[in-house]
Amino acid sequence: MTPAHCTQTRLWLSNIVLSVLVLLLTGCAQSQEHWNGKNISGLMPDLEFSLTDETGNTVTEADSAGQVRLLFFGFTSCPDVCPTTLSNLSKAVRQMPEELQKDVTTFFVSVDPERDTPERLRNYVSFFGERVAGVTGDEPALRKLAKRYRTTFGYEEPDAFGNYEVSHSAAVYVFDGAGNVRLLFRSDLTAEMISKDLTALVREQKS
Amino acid sequence: MTGISYLLPYDFSPLTLLSFILVLVFYGVGLQNMPKETRPGSGRIITFMIGLMLCYGVMQTRFDYYSQYMFFIHRGQHLILHHLGPFLIALSNPLPVIRYWHSQTGEKTRLLFTPVGWLYHTLQQPAIASFLFVGLIYFWLWPVVHFDAMLSRDLYWVMNWSMLLDGLLFWWLIFDSRPPAITKSLSYRWRMFLLAVVAVPQMVLGASIVFSRGMIYDFYEVCGRAWPFPPEMDQLLGGLITWIPPAMMSALGILIILRRTMHEDGKFTTPLPATGGASL
Repeated sequence: MTPAHCTQTRLWLSNIVLSVLVLLLTGCAQSQEHWNGKNISGLMPDLEFSLTDETGNTVTEADSAGQVRLLFFGFTSCPDVCPTTLSNLSKAVRQMPEELQKDVTTFFVSVDPERDTPERLRNYVSFFGERVAGVTGDEPALRKLAKRYRTTFGYEEPDAFGNYEVSHSAAVYVFDGAGNVRLLFRSDLTAEMISKDLTALVREQKS
Repeated sequence: MTGISYLLPYDFSPLTLLSFILVLVFYGVGLQNMPKETRPGSGRIITFMIGLMLCYGVMQTRFDYYSQYMFFIHRGQHLILHHLGPFLIALSNPLPVIRYWHSQTGEKTRLLFTPVGWLYHTLQQPAIASFLFVGLIYFWLWPVVHFDAMLSRDLYWVMNWSMLLDGLLFWWLIFDSRPPAITKSLSYRWRMFLLAVVAVPQMVLGASIVFSRGMIYDFYEVCGRAWPFPPEMDQLLGGLITWIPPAMMSALGILIILRRTMHEDGKFTTPLPATGGASL
């Protein structure tokens, strides 16, 4: 290798090192913005769905444009994760300043359309206040939506009584008014923490 | 699901498909046109194809779906992309095919590839190669990074491709077919040393996952599993796959190199003039 080549290689290597450093630094700068949930801006595609609501009508993300949308996958026969998460979310919304509460909608997406009819879904979500909307669809539509948000669900073999367990995501995906993905709430967040994040998000788009 | 749909990609990546097709075409056409005396035998061709197909299979069939939603299957995917697949590809020694294409390339094209050559030679420094080999496993299994990589489609592809490319580089360095006695390739002692060195941190990482009491990788908990499965068992199996098979592959690699050492012992007493391979 000639000296000229050596210098070129060194220059090129130092460029790479610099770029990596810049990437790391910008990564750190982004994480300075404080959220209780995990900031997942840019990691996933915008909100987009076409499902059936509790009255059997088609509902899309456009119907709730301008609102902060929460997406949670579950099923009404769920013994633990779903009721706990939904009651935590509705508690969080109730703790927000009253005038901001109407700017948040939680979509409870049932991934068990076999058992969860629109009527059953309506009865179920009504327990968790009016800011929760139950939606579902046929399995291909649900698979498509789940894949878009890097999640999945699976069914256990039914027992003698026809009951079966469904594996599903325990996370809540949060989208802002423009439909951009913003946060991911894990199940360890308290209602206060969620409430703070939601209030900040609603205020951010109102300002 | 029908049988055929298991063979279709879960997340179709045109770039991945194109890359594998290009490799196949270059390998096939190279085999057809190269001089008979340098052409690899059927055993080597089959080994190459198995390695290639394994890598393709875990990236572009239903296997990829299960890898995204089960930790232990994800570890199996990386075992193939970073270890088994590249191990077989390098062991099959496609160097004659590469030499054939090298001889077919014009001076201008070779010049264009010069920076790639520099990068290649930098990455193949023994210290850098082994640091990268182990470092990448640790990097993608760093819980925060792992979570983001599984959550973002783009990062997921970067992760899998980086594992595959790094696996190819490392095993290519280890199974370099040019005898160190007469070429500039790495000495057999160094190769065996590297294999032993990379095995230890992998075993430590695998064991620490196996013996961890809490959940380290909660992505699968947060985003759902492919089927209802106990999380502790998933993590335990994933840890075992990170721990034992890579260590065994290092041992196997050492045995293969040891066999070569014995086979070539005293074979090259007078250094022969280097035969073109040194340029690769």
